[in-house]
Amino acid sequence: MQDQQQEQHALFELSNISKAFPGVKALDTVDFRLFPGEVHALLGENGAGKSTLVKIMTGVLAKDSGCIQLQQQEIHPSNTAEAQQLGIAPVYQEVNLLPNLSVAHNLFLGREPTRFGCIRWQQMAEDARQLLTRFKLDIDVTESLSQYSVAVQQLIAIARGVAMNAKVLVLDEPTASLDSSEVEILFDILRQLKSEGIGMLFITHFLEQVYQISDRITVLRSGKLIGEYLTTDLPRSRLIEAMLGQELQQVTAQPVRTDAAQAEALLTVTEASVAHSVDKVSLTVNKGEAVGMAGLLGSGRTEVCRALFGIDTLKSGEIKMREQVITLNQSADAMQQGIALCPEDRKTDGIIGPLSIRENIALALQVQAGWWRYIAPDQQRTLANQYIESFNIATPNAEKPIEELSGGNQQKVILARWLATRPQLLILDEPTRGIDIGAHAEIIKLIKSLCDEGMSLLVASSELEELVAFANRVVVMRDHRKVAELQGAELTAQSIMHSIAEV
Amino acid sequence: MINTEISHSFKERLLITSRYTWPIAALVLLLVFNVLMDASFLNIHFDHGRFYGNPIDILHRSAPVALLAIGMTVVIATGGIDLSVGAVMAIAGAVCANLLVATDASLFTVLAIGIASGVLCGLINGGLVSYMGIQPIIATLLLMVTGRGIAQLLNDGQIVTFQHAGFSFLGSGTLLGIPVSIWLVLAVFSISQLLLRRTALGLFVEAVGCNASASRYLGINDRTVKLMAYMLTGFCAALAGMISAADIQGSDANNVGLWLELDAILAVVLGGAALSGGRFSIPLSLLGVLIIQTLNTTIMVSGMPSKLNLLIKAIAVVLVLLLQSDTFRKQISGLAGRWRHS
Repeated sequence: MQDQQQEQHALFELSNISKAFPGVKALDTVDFRLFPGEVHALLGENGAGKSTLVKIMTGVLAKDSGCIQLQQQEIHPSNTAEAQQLGIAPVYQEVNLLPNLSVAHNLFLGREPTRFGCIRWQQMAEDARQLLTRFKLDIDVTESLSQYSVAVQQLIAIARGVAMNAKVLVLDEPTASLDSSEVEILFDILRQLKSEGIGMLFITHFLEQVYQISDRITVLRSGKLIGEYLTTDLPRSRLIEAMLGQELQQVTAQPVRTDAAQAEALLTVTEASVAHSVDKVSLTVNKGEAVGMAGLLGSGRTEVCRALFGIDTLKSGEIKMREQVITLNQSADAMQQGIALCPEDRKTDGIIGPLSIRENIALALQVQAGWWRYIAPDQQRTLANQYIESFNIATPNAEKPIEELSGGNQQKVILARWLATRPQLLILDEPTRGIDIGAHAEIIKLIKSLCDEGMSLLVASSELEELVAFANRVVVMRDHRKVAELQGAELTAQSIMHSIAEV
Repeated sequence: MINTEISHSFKERLLITSRYTWPIAALVLLLVFNVLMDASFLNIHFDHGRFYGNPIDILHRSAPVALLAIGMTVVIATGGIDLSVGAVMAIAGAVCANLLVATDASLFTVLAIGIASGVLCGLINGGLVSYMGIQPIIATLLLMVTGRGIAQLLNDGQIVTFQHAGFSFLGSGTLLGIPVSIWLVLAVFSISQLLLRRTALGLFVEAVGCNASASRYLGINDRTVKLMAYMLTGFCAALAGMISAADIQGSDANNVGLWLELDAILAVVLGGAALSGGRFSIPLSLLGVLIIQTLNTTIMVSGMPSKLNLLIKAIAVVLVLLLQSDTFRKQISGLAGRWRHS
């Protein structure tokens, strides 16, 4: 199979694709190729550049440089309609389906059979039925699409792409909301399409599905191509290594760690569960200790952070701060207990874009003080200037809107916001996500100095090197559960990776 | 090189101006136009213990919209909108008129119940928006439509008139020669300014309006903030409705406050606020109110045919909005630059 494909020309090929956004290089000379009749998985953690690459190939975003070729012809799709005309069909249901129209109309939208300018509804329904028999889908095509399950909608989206003579199907997380039997139906159809010579790009965060269906894997990390592999040649542990960026031999120097056994417990979580996302997780953070939380996307690490900050409520289990059982119904409850959280999604949950750095820093302290005890703008400015100086935040003054800063500087502002409240426990969820290399090192240095000052930290991260570098202990999450807790000599990037990969 | 730097700073000067520049320029322009038409336009004279003149008239007439605009500014800052304020004016007016006619309740009771009816309306709007998750435009549209119906029911379909010296004082009385309505606007403005800018409430409102999710992560109760904003508009609308009722000594449920919600929204927008929420300024919104009312008076006193009123108003408003638009000013400065080069 391998030889055969090497002789064959690629169906669809992207080479040297680069794309920069203000402050971040999203893609850096990335290559990707797709052969006819293969399922090619595109993998990487959040922020690796997968969605940027998909947007470029489907015409949503323009590339800064590089070349896109379809059947050896260079193409320049400038919108999705153009890409579809060329034969590149994106399959994410929210993009090209209209739930209030009939199934048949969705299948033939924009190219309805007409006579004298009127749509021939009967003809369209007949064509639709015929098309769907290929997919072994026996449904009433005149019903509106919203009547059917997400799985059926997903298949309709694929059918629509196929009916438009798609040569390339771009499947972005097609199985995210499907149950296992629906996934089987979908995979059967993908196998059939393979035999028809259609190339499929498959993005998912379910690794078992990658091994079930894909022929080839391309891994991206931080906007760079890590490699292209044949699925059969790439064991699971090496795949995770490629995704998380870990050279096994290169384990960073061990930090000085306090003896956790003697320490006093600050936070104790016992069998905490959150509906659909956290399953009986127990963990402890001692005073002055930095605990790491590792796991892939969707493993439940973010959800644990959210539950500890009162954003999601517990279904069962209990949380204790300083041996006292606490109930967290909203983030204000957590703040009252001295807990602070720098959230994973900085843009939606962290920064308040149009407000100034000054206001963004002062807000948490202001909430803690209560609305009637106003921190006057002058005091806010003094506070903000302190942090701008000590954290080396790149800005001309404290009045600049935070949305105009780079990702790294925004993260420093969010850190400053919480440190100003003098928290007892600081939770950091992916503190270095989407931050360019220079600022990355600065943030890590900052976290390290917080550890040295004796701040209790809980840090969720997919960057294992970081975790090993400053954590006293690391809790490993997989499938919403805690699967391991590593410390002392066992705490290496390799062992974390093995626990994540279940080998 | 030097040349481009100069043109850059010229552009910057044109673009980066205080938020007050354009609304004030528009108001001054209108006043200058009026003075040119009629040199005595700005004259004020004192007669029978009361000031008279166009400026006093403009302020007095703009009082209801000014009150509505104060509340509307805060609601819009939270990312919402309140279409029901005109109807709430009708409800508060009807409640007070009926109390005055049918009962011998004290003036204080009548005022308190009138205000309470407005705050209750705000509570309903705010509850629908923040706790039921209904879109603000729909939630308040409900009360915009039904509110006037409720007021008509209270009045039994009639115009309810009353004779009550104390209550009428709200509409036609004067204090130190200046109409009570103007004093009321000043009082509500000062109190809301004090509450929003001398405590952290204004900051919380802006935070919720800019990013409700991040505000929740900060421990701000975004629902309560929104609820309070709608209660404030309810309060302001009730007061405006009572002033209007006192002015005509009666409650006309069909016509009082009709379309005033649109004037209030327009005033906020003229003040430069974004309908998407976030930064707000009540003084700027009040400038917007003055622009609208001066425009109304201008059209009235200039003797233009009344059928042209709405058209002239629309054109003037579009001009002011264009002046406020960064994009438009950029294009103009770009055109000017090209013209100078050629």
